[in-house]
Amino acid sequence: MSSEALTPSSSGPEWVLPSRGRVGMFSLIAAESAVFTIFVVAYIFYLGKSVSGPTPKDVLELPIFATICLLSSSLTIHLAVRSLRQARVGAFGLWWFVTMALGTIFLVGTGREWRHLIYNKGLTVSTNLFGTTYYSLVGLHAFHVTVGLLLIALALIFTLLGKVKPEHSERAEVFSLYWHFVDVVWVVVFTVVYIIGR
Amino acid sequence: MSSEAIAFTTVGQDTRPISERLHDWIVTVDHKKLGILYILYGLVFLVLGGIEATIMRIQLIVPHNHFVSPQVFNRMFTMHGTTMIFFVVMPLLFGFGTYLIPLMIGARDMAFPRLNAFSFWMTAFGGVLLYFSFIGGYGLYGAGNAPDVGWFAYAPLTARAFSPGHSTDFWTLALLISGIGSIGTAVNFITTILSMRCPGMTLGKMPLLAWLNLIMGGMVILALSPLTAAQIMLSIDRYLGGHFFDTQAGGSAVLWMHFFWIFGHPEVYILVVPAFAFVSEIIPVFSRKPIFGYPIMVAATICIGFISFSVWAHHMFTVGMSSYGNTFFTVTSMIIAVPTGIKIFNWLGTMWGGKIQFKAPMLFCVGFLFQFLIAGLTGIMLATSPFDWQLGNSYFVVAHFHYVIVGAILFTIFGAFYYWFPKMSGRMYSEALAKWHFWLFFIGFHLTFDFMHIPGILGMPRRIYTYEPGRGWEIWNLIVTIGVLFQIFGVLAFLGNPLWSFWKGELGGNDPWDAWTLEWSTTSPPPDYDFAVTPVVRSRRPLWDRKHPDDPDWKYE
Repeated sequence: MSSEALTPSSSGPEWVLPSRGRVGMFSLIAAESAVFTIFVVAYIFYLGKSVSGPTPKDVLELPIFATICLLSSSLTIHLAVRSLRQARVGAFGLWWFVTMALGTIFLVGTGREWRHLIYNKGLTVSTNLFGTTYYSLVGLHAFHVTVGLLLIALALIFTLLGKVKPEHSERAEVFSLYWHFVDVVWVVVFTVVYIIGR
Repeated sequence: MSSEAIAFTTVGQDTRPISERLHDWIVTVDHKKLGILYILYGLVFLVLGGIEATIMRIQLIVPHNHFVSPQVFNRMFTMHGTTMIFFVVMPLLFGFGTYLIPLMIGARDMAFPRLNAFSFWMTAFGGVLLYFSFIGGYGLYGAGNAPDVGWFAYAPLTARAFSPGHSTDFWTLALLISGIGSIGTAVNFITTILSMRCPGMTLGKMPLLAWLNLIMGGMVILALSPLTAAQIMLSIDRYLGGHFFDTQAGGSAVLWMHFFWIFGHPEVYILVVPAFAFVSEIIPVFSRKPIFGYPIMVAATICIGFISFSVWAHHMFTVGMSSYGNTFFTVTSMIIAVPTGIKIFNWLGTMWGGKIQFKAPMLFCVGFLFQFLIAGLTGIMLATSPFDWQLGNSYFVVAHFHYVIVGAILFTIFGAFYYWFPKMSGRMYSEALAKWHFWLFFIGFHLTFDFMHIPGILGMPRRIYTYEPGRGWEIWNLIVTIGVLFQIFGVLAFLGNPLWSFWKGELGGNDPWDAWTLEWSTTSPPPDYDFAVTPVVRSRRPLWDRKHPDDPDWKYE
């Protein structure tokens, strides 16, 4: 019959398409990269254009410890996802928790740095162009870390309730892409703000 | 043999109370319902934006007119521009994309149905927020209501000192929110097209509509994000006392221009690429020939996608860039005409030797071909930076971009509306009323926008609320406003057609155009699950294969 061409046939090679989660997450990451690019461009464009102090050289210190924590959380989330894929839910929970702890330490580090800048150095968003661009760029990154931590916490609650199963490993992996992206952005922000900009 | 396979089927009437059926529409995650919601929403805002345009044209019909105050005029052109771009054309294009992409690629729904609903309601909320400014924008200052900073909202006009009250914040937040919705839709389009195709539909066998929407999705992701970032910066300036665009503290007003136009120019192509997609589906069916140069069409669109990100500063020739900047952006703006020209020749090649049927969808597409050509030619004139220094910010520019957005994009949207209306509603529209719509709108369009070029060449700047007599502008402004009258009647005929169809339209059947893509193989309107059996395709025209098993396409592709 004529409907032959439209009905599925059992023969032929297997029809495999890219995973929805990965494609969707990579698209989101592309969009987020464009947002960060604009903020980084604004930061670099306004370097040294502030009409009053303080300047980055006066007030910024390298957040080495927080950076090490955030970057190593990429490794721990990778280990967590691998554990889940191997059906070791306990190990997954442990590495997932470590990831959350490392992310939280980073966020606390940013908070302490901002407190120091605001109360001891008198730098706010409205002080000068450096303040505006610095708080926007670092704040946008911290916002992304916060969103990531909330999602990690949610998954951790599900883990503790025993709802996370090995078949969820692809979802955990898709989320880990976001977390790796947040880390890569920090490498860029760190380079621009604390190395080139100082 | 062929008609039997595409049997005449209808879906059973829904007999539940109206409140329950409305509730279905509010909570739906179905791509067909959301697509129709997008389209209805775009049509409501089309009327609103049209009323604003009419108010402006009445004000400009004679010199020294007092129809509206200068303040109201500023609000009208700001709201008109913002509405038409973000809350008319984008929702209409997204609506057709949301409705058609899963049907055309043989999928059950979009990749992320809930994200789809979220994106629609974000866009809808953005539009409502923008219009709420008419009653809510007074804020604490009693200064102005609707936004009045122009649709590209140049700094430092948007600074707190020059835009007190909340009118500008309504503009900023409405665009920020609808921008997030647009990015969500783009993510969904890309994922659906890459991950949800039915068996056999390789990338090279996808309908061009899916291909072009895939490219459009990529452009939305890269172009809407800078706008979102710039709106965040503007909000930081206005609410946290930041200095991004504050020239007194060392900030740069030109940086806003760059950030806006690096969104703004790709945006034009974001709007026109789906319009190309409609034309690429409609012209072959009404010429009874497959599309000419399918791979070249895809390649040309990808070229347009890339080049469109390197032309933005041709909006800024009059700002005063370096000669290298002017040269670069002149050259890129001219280069982008090449792939666009290739596409026009491909459509002409499709029509060449075909048995052309001038039904309403085809009429609008043929109108598109000519008008888009002229829009492109004035675009090349304006891309020449010395010419732009002469005519930048004049009515010549206004006429040029309306030629693109109305003459090209809106015409194809009308064509797409008539082409897919039988699929969406199950009923035929009135061909006679559609022809009235076409001719009234066609005459109105040409009266308005052909003659709008001339006061521009005579030196009439855009965005002035009135003008002196005796400069030779009067007659042209009069003709332009008369054209609006024709367009209004055209749009009334357009809006009347679905109503006519609701009461009098005959059932269209599954495949009224004898078309070749998968959406015509299911019922009209399609069932919730789209396809009872997942289709398998072997060529770019699966329904042709099915109707002509003796001479299928896949033997030659």
